[in-house]
Amino acid sequence: MKPGTYFMDGNTACAEGAIAAGCTFLASYPITPATEILERMANRFPQIHGSYLQMEDELASIAAVMGASWAGRKTMTTTSGPGFSLMMENYGFGLMTETPCVIVNVMRGGPSTGLPTMVAQGDVMQSRWGTHGDVGVVAYTPSSPQEMFDLTIVAFNTAEKYRLPVVLLSDEMVAHMTEKVDIPPEDKITIVDRKKPDVPPDEYLPYRPEEDLVPPMACAGEGYSVHVTGLTHNEKGYPTVDEDTQNILVTRLIDKIRKNYQDILSYEEYMLEDAEIVVVAYGSASRSAREAVNIARGEGIKAGLLRPITVWPFPEDRISELAAKGIKAFVVAEINFGQIVYEVERCSEGKCPTHLLPRMGGSIHSPEEILERLMNINEFDTEEVYS
Amino acid sequence: MRKGLRFSGFGGQGVILMGHIVGKACVLDDKNVTLTQSYGPEARGGACSTDLIISDESIYYPHVRKPDILIAMSQSALTTYLPSLAEGGILLVDTGLVKSAEGKGIPATELAESKIGTRLVSNIIMLGYFTAVTGLVSKESIKKAISTLVPKGTEEKNIKAFDIGYGEEKTD
Repeated sequence: MKPGTYFMDGNTACAEGAIAAGCTFLASYPITPATEILERMANRFPQIHGSYLQMEDELASIAAVMGASWAGRKTMTTTSGPGFSLMMENYGFGLMTETPCVIVNVMRGGPSTGLPTMVAQGDVMQSRWGTHGDVGVVAYTPSSPQEMFDLTIVAFNTAEKYRLPVVLLSDEMVAHMTEKVDIPPEDKITIVDRKKPDVPPDEYLPYRPEEDLVPPMACAGEGYSVHVTGLTHNEKGYPTVDEDTQNILVTRLIDKIRKNYQDILSYEEYMLEDAEIVVVAYGSASRSAREAVNIARGEGIKAGLLRPITVWPFPEDRISELAAKGIKAFVVAEINFGQIVYEVERCSEGKCPTHLLPRMGGSIHSPEEILERLMNINEFDTEEVYS
Repeated sequence: MRKGLRFSGFGGQGVILMGHIVGKACVLDDKNVTLTQSYGPEARGGACSTDLIISDESIYYPHVRKPDILIAMSQSALTTYLPSLAEGGILLVDTGLVKSAEGKGIPATELAESKIGTRLVSNIIMLGYFTAVTGLVSKESIKKAISTLVPKGTEEKNIKAFDIGYGEEKTD
């Protein structure tokens, strides 16, 4: 797209971000509130020789995305909660086979079909633990149309660099909101491509990692033999039913994210230097939180905001540091009945109370309801943390 | 400067397009702007609205709760949204379709039919009037935004409609 400043909704910005990142394959099934992404890409792809497949359902969508990634494309699928649930099996397959791709989940009210046209943030733990087995995952939570563009590119880069399906965990509010979006010139956009093998085919071990724990990836048609299986596999890629191989492989898949935590981690701090109360909020909820912090400061309350941009990996160290510094409390404002609050509580190690400000979905918090909690923080003791 | 705007009417009048045109014009004027709109069946027939926040500062909380300016293109929209209008706020109505003791307006739909020959451009006539009354966005930017956002081939008709609405308030 021509560089410049646009007035663009979040979903359109996500589609443009994907195209800017080099995505040329999308397989999706339409679902509110994510449909505008595939509409935009279906319109744009003919101009850039991309392929959009409208699949019969979300299971097929993510499966097609896996296949196209192994054919060498940068691939994406788009969905919302109900479709995300259907994708869990192959999400795990992608993590196990180290298949780079991006899964966009524009969160709406759940459970089940829930509130199709309205905001929620109930899929945070699902993106962490929704698939079976032990996994290391990455999920970004954009809070504006501009971030829908920027973080879609970052999600592709992380997917390619660390070879895994990366989740862009957006929400209806951000996706359907229209704001100013700056699209930089191509040469100002950082693009990362997957590592390719530099050894001859007979010496190539498709699952032998390099120092960063990521193995170079040969794709179909490049002359290498690769076996892609969800079964526990050795460096050759052959299924092996034994404890040692399982130990080596699964440990590496988790360490790949854990040991590269500092490189992947992203969060924003606002007025934390002298903050006594730290609000933790992400995605659209963080916009109300920021407004509340501003009003609170005007009232003389030392409040600040920690906004995770990656909810996975979570900014564990920063939360621990703040708790150890002796702040009064964390207030976690999220549009669910408490998911990230458990991470905050875990990382604060009992050094300060963690208050949950839940919301069931359908709308975002008002700044005033967050403010009220900030102003009356002493009235809530730890017994009432989940009130 | 921070203003909350609400454009309302019934689905099909182009109420959401009005919001998008003003939003785009704000971007051209280098102002910050956040648009939220009704999303659902009401966008195609029922009472329908689009909200904008225009500000020199960054915008965080995205909702308009007490609009400073309310534009009502239908009676039901007026009934629904008038109670939300901020104290001292500006109310603009299509006087041919809306009976209101308050606010000011022009018969946008009648003007569209009599002067352009189609009621389809009533929203753009109203935008012209809005621009002249409020001065919130520049005339040049709004016209540029109209030309890019209306269906191809209808640009001239729409610009003419804008000028009619604008001229009802100002002659320059």
